[in-house]
Amino acid sequence: MFQNPTVGSLGWFARHEFNLSWRDFVRMMSAGKPGREKAVILFLAIAVLITHAIAYMLLTSEAGFIDTGSKSILLTISGCIALTFSLMMSQAMELVTRTFYSRSDLDLVLSSPTNEKRVFAVRIGAIAVATSMLPMLLFGSVINTLAIFDTPSWLAGYLLIFGFGSLATAMSLAIAVLMFKTLGAKKTRLATQIIAAIVGAGFIIGVQIAAIVSLDSVSRVSFFQSDMMLEISPGLESMIWLPARAATGEVFALVQTLFICLFILGSAILLFAPRFGEYVIEAAGIGQTAKIEKSGSMKFRQRSVRSALIFKEWKLLLRDHWLISQSLMQILYLVPPAFMLWRGFGSAETISGVALPILVMAAGQLAGGLAWLAISGEDAPQLVQTAPVPKGMIIRAKVEAVLGAIGILVFPILLLIAFMDLMAMVIAALGIAAATISATMIQLWFRSQANRASFRRRQTSSKVATFSEAFSSIMWAGATGLVAAGYWVVAPVLIALALLVLWIARSFRPEQDF
Amino acid sequence: MEFALKVTDLVKTFDRPAVNNLSFNVRAGEFYALLGPNGAGKTTSLRMVAGLLRQDHGSIEVFGANTLHDPVAVKQMVAWVPDEPMIYDRLTPLEYLEFVAGLWGIDASQAQRNAHDLLDWLRLAPHANERCEGFSKGMRQKVALAGALVHEPKLIILDEPLTGLDAGSARLVKDVLLSRVEQGCSVIMTTHILEVAERMAERIGVIASGKLIAEGTLDELRQAGGRGDQSLEEIFLQLVGDETLVEAEAA
Repeated sequence: MFQNPTVGSLGWFARHEFNLSWRDFVRMMSAGKPGREKAVILFLAIAVLITHAIAYMLLTSEAGFIDTGSKSILLTISGCIALTFSLMMSQAMELVTRTFYSRSDLDLVLSSPTNEKRVFAVRIGAIAVATSMLPMLLFGSVINTLAIFDTPSWLAGYLLIFGFGSLATAMSLAIAVLMFKTLGAKKTRLATQIIAAIVGAGFIIGVQIAAIVSLDSVSRVSFFQSDMMLEISPGLESMIWLPARAATGEVFALVQTLFICLFILGSAILLFAPRFGEYVIEAAGIGQTAKIEKSGSMKFRQRSVRSALIFKEWKLLLRDHWLISQSLMQILYLVPPAFMLWRGFGSAETISGVALPILVMAAGQLAGGLAWLAISGEDAPQLVQTAPVPKGMIIRAKVEAVLGAIGILVFPILLLIAFMDLMAMVIAALGIAAATISATMIQLWFRSQANRASFRRRQTSSKVATFSEAFSSIMWAGATGLVAAGYWVVAPVLIALALLVLWIARSFRPEQDF
Repeated sequence: MEFALKVTDLVKTFDRPAVNNLSFNVRAGEFYALLGPNGAGKTTSLRMVAGLLRQDHGSIEVFGANTLHDPVAVKQMVAWVPDEPMIYDRLTPLEYLEFVAGLWGIDASQAQRNAHDLLDWLRLAPHANERCEGFSKGMRQKVALAGALVHEPKLIILDEPLTGLDAGSARLVKDVLLSRVEQGCSVIMTTHILEVAERMAERIGVIASGKLIAEGTLDELRQAGGRGDQSLEEIFLQLVGDETLVEAEAA
């Protein structure tokens, strides 16, 4: 029989925090629609089965993978841990910043006679748990498969993930507080979010570029297993392998790693929780300073409805640095193929096999994000809807704003490709156009009024939209690569699949309001 | 008599009937207040007039133009001001007004003159070039009102426009609306502040459960209530008192 925790105790706050997080998770998974819990559970169950099947196939096809004593495997596991940790850091920084700046129940907490240190201690702990959840879901299938078919000691991976989630939280907290002290409350928010975005993508991209330089490949696994890495990495007795050994279930390594990570998190809680309230209060005081755009009188320009809408969309986007950083995150992934293009200047294989598909994929994803902002993230939907303009014209103008922005961004890369291979440029342009239009159409079919600030959670509003957007981009990317490589016969299959995805998405589109 | 707005047998049903055979008219150049308890169907009715919702049944005409047959012509004449101001945080008031003028296809120089006049009148001129992101609720509502007026609408629809405004801002908004009515503009407004309806509206309509249950000038409503010295609050509670109690019990 469980006893209810004492009111105001750590356990009481933890239970409150857990309830809020659980409801938030269910709302996110069910897109806020009641009665979908069963569908969500079914979806998760199917996803778990599929991911486990994939993990099983991958692991059994890799002969010798489970030889945990080999340096190559330790190197690969260490690389995976480092990649995951960079993502965890990114997420933890985002969550810490959100806790500083989001008001939600903080007014209630700070104005109550409760011990606020306990609240913030629990909240920091909750960030560590939340940060660990995604990697646990991502690697859960691999860990479980290894635990079932090799040895149960692989289950230590879950503990290790939580350990690194705690470490990421502690480090993110320290970075946020340091920035708070040096940059001030106003600049910290944007700076931390941009750093979080760069940290999230930076390490992955860095490893990819290193792989390109050393192996002429974008494969991160090949890089970690390369002879060069094996040569420069220290011997098996080195402490650097401690996390990798912990992941394989070596008890001593696991205890050591967990102790270090949790000790650092505990220190961070002891150090920062008592002052958390001060930071929150300081953060609440920002936003009062007016940002002046122009001095003197602004001259109104005569614009058509179309250009007024396009101009407005671009202006709003350019003025929102956070949105720019989030949107351009996807552009960062273009850096490795661009780098590869530069290295393999003129090589047809490099262009068709790697650069064009990634370019098309990135353009499709970017278009999806921008289309969401322009269509669903409209700040004044009622103003636009009550304007004396046919609905179709508004939609067309918004679509043009998205396509124009993509055009401006990809033009320099297309120009670079044109210098190498004019035909490849034409194929890339067609692929980009197809992926961009597809992603925009999907966002149009699944539009739903939302706050621009929830840009990062846009994927949760409709699973059909999210998956169809990703699949159509992948299909167009694949088709572009095949056409560029001269496989004209196979390419139509992928084009047909892309169109099928669009048709399915369209048939699932919800009924739109008047 | 010319009607600015003619609503006939309007029906809208969501999970339950929100608007149920509602009919009323607003005369050209009239200030009309639409009152009713929470959930009576006021906002739903006005959203249908503004073209934000499609009715299940019935018709809406604005200066003779039907909202379903000729929505663009209707929208050209109408301005909609909701209770929550709909503005862009990252635009300045002047940029916002330029955008609104662009949507309504107003001549740029005329729009600029209107914009400056409105910002002066609403005492927003010192903030004309500041982004709206740091504005208070009152300032945001005034920017939204300026946006509604910059294209010189013939019918202004306001849904609780004074909610959350301080006394000074509320006074400014009321003055601007009255001056527009003096210039021949028609206004229909919902409000829970009955003193505002009492002082400003020429005619008042009271709806409950999606139906019009009383309509007329304040004097006409008093006469219908049987006493000549009643305040609008007393008349309102007499008309919808049971409705409010039922709602409270249901809640």
